[in-house]
Amino acid sequence: MLEFINFYLIPGVVLGSIYALGAIGVSLIFGILRFAHFAHGDMMTLGAYVALPLVVGLGFTVYAALPVAMAGVVLMAILIDRLFYKPLRDRPTIVVLVASFGVALMLRAVIQFAWGPHSHVYEKGFRKPIVFDGLRIAERHIWIVLLSIALVVALHLFLTRTKTGKAMRALSDDPDLARITGINTERIVAWTWVLGGCLAGAAGVFLGMDTQITTLIGWNMLLPVFAAAILGGIGKPYGAIAGGLVIGIAEELSAYPWIGTTPLLDPTYKSAVAFAIMVAMLLWRPSGLFKGRVY
Amino acid sequence: MADLATFLAYPISLLTIGGIYAVMCLGLNVQWGFTGLFNAGIAGFFAVGAYTSAILTTPAHPDYLGGFALPVPVGLAAAMLTAGVVALFIGWLTLTLRSDYLAIATIGIAEILRLIVKNEDWLTNGPRGIPGIPRPFEGLSPFQNNLAFLLIVLAIVAVIYVAMQRGLNSPWGRVMRAIRENELSARAAGKNIMARRLEAFVLGSMIMGLGGALMAHSIRFIGPEATEPLLVTFLVWVMLIAGGSGNNRGAILGPMLIWAIWSLTELVTRQLPSDWALRSAYVRVFLIGLALQIILQRFSRGILAERPPEPIPLDDRDQPDKTPPP
Repeated sequence: MLEFINFYLIPGVVLGSIYALGAIGVSLIFGILRFAHFAHGDMMTLGAYVALPLVVGLGFTVYAALPVAMAGVVLMAILIDRLFYKPLRDRPTIVVLVASFGVALMLRAVIQFAWGPHSHVYEKGFRKPIVFDGLRIAERHIWIVLLSIALVVALHLFLTRTKTGKAMRALSDDPDLARITGINTERIVAWTWVLGGCLAGAAGVFLGMDTQITTLIGWNMLLPVFAAAILGGIGKPYGAIAGGLVIGIAEELSAYPWIGTTPLLDPTYKSAVAFAIMVAMLLWRPSGLFKGRVY
Repeated sequence: MADLATFLAYPISLLTIGGIYAVMCLGLNVQWGFTGLFNAGIAGFFAVGAYTSAILTTPAHPDYLGGFALPVPVGLAAAMLTAGVVALFIGWLTLTLRSDYLAIATIGIAEILRLIVKNEDWLTNGPRGIPGIPRPFEGLSPFQNNLAFLLIVLAIVAVIYVAMQRGLNSPWGRVMRAIRENELSARAAGKNIMARRLEAFVLGSMIMGLGGALMAHSIRFIGPEATEPLLVTFLVWVMLIAGGSGNNRGAILGPMLIWAIWSLTELVTRQLPSDWALRSAYVRVFLIGLALQIILQRFSRGILAERPPEPIPLDDRDQPDKTPPP
């Protein structure tokens, strides 16, 4: 039982928190801009790499580098939107999706050019996990989950308490109605990138803390993150949180030896779990658990 | 003769690979150009086709499935079939929904296929790949064989081009364009949107599978690196959009042009010191991504703009009003 919690459930919750951060961004962007943002994974990668020189070169702690990484991704996201997505606003949204696919590769090329193809880690060596009565939790795992919760609470307050946040939800629910009430769409779009960029940057850093940093970490996140957004109901940020946790936990638990002594599913096929859940959801209830919209 | 052979070797390989990319682009053109379906998993269909044909045509090997040693045309046909089956599943799942879902599902299936290719050693020999994939006319000298293979590829491109051109100008092609431009009015006109979309998606994916198989036979080897999303999916997209999506000639011109630029710049960057050669590879990817953005924003029609199908001559139309009432 303890083994189950230590090696499967806790990593699942950690992974799920990271997925949730990415999925909220994807869901918000889909709600406001109406396209699946294919460069979201590579924005996470960017977050991980922005923090890297601060941690390894300048000796910052990862937690001190986190806001810088988030700010860096926000700036890049707004720049990308201005340069590559804004000129296509009047075109069918699928064209913007094609553009974001190109942006994903451009971002990755920039990262590979600047940091090289090798993998990196923030911190070398092994830290002893904290043990409570047989329950083992790595310190970084506690921080990832706590900081994710803090970010989600901050997002919740922003969306429900501020005028901009309310306008954002209005625009997502009914764009025409929102526009005639005088909501400045471009300002809301910019705010969407601020939120999506913050969460993607944080998710990238957390992912880098959890494993190692490679130029493909973000791209590999894309499928589970989309699956989480669909599972939660596209355009529903709160659904995305639940979706992320379900996908993350399901991926980790799929490797548990439920039957016999070998893993139920080879861990290399983890991303197939996300895909299978997504497929089941599309068949059974495309609107997601939280009744998002079906487009 | 030997000098001529060495002189022609590079252009022949350039045209062969360019022609294979043209096959892929013609497939994507049915999906995106005609019908407006976004396929982000071209690499997946490419891999299915390549491995199907490779497994069926290679001699037996103790490490992985094989030993059928079937003729190459059988391999090519099977490649189309398996790619079509995968596409049928994905299409059936997502085509009733908005195109974004199709995009996400195709990327998912491509990712899973890549994992299978990498990890299922008994089937695909894992990271080591499948070597010794035969070509037709193995009895000829290497030069003649290369030339023969080029001619086969070009003939396949021509056949697909003629078929797609006929399809585009037929009532079927018109319905496809109608669905792309205005789904609601196509539905109102009584067209079966789901069935037509599924046809376009499966047909396009089958052609992509054929392209993958041709590539495997062309380089006589298939390994997981060849199915990287970048090289296949992204290049094919840029090629089609640059050539002119919706235009079958553009779907041939685009790949030839982009492939020539891609491999000629590689010749240049290969001369650089190894550290810079690696970095310049990233610069090339960045520039091709930038080219895509510029084409999308400024030249969205591509080099050869889409042309509406030729109007049906008046004499050939059904004219019930002209027939005298009985």
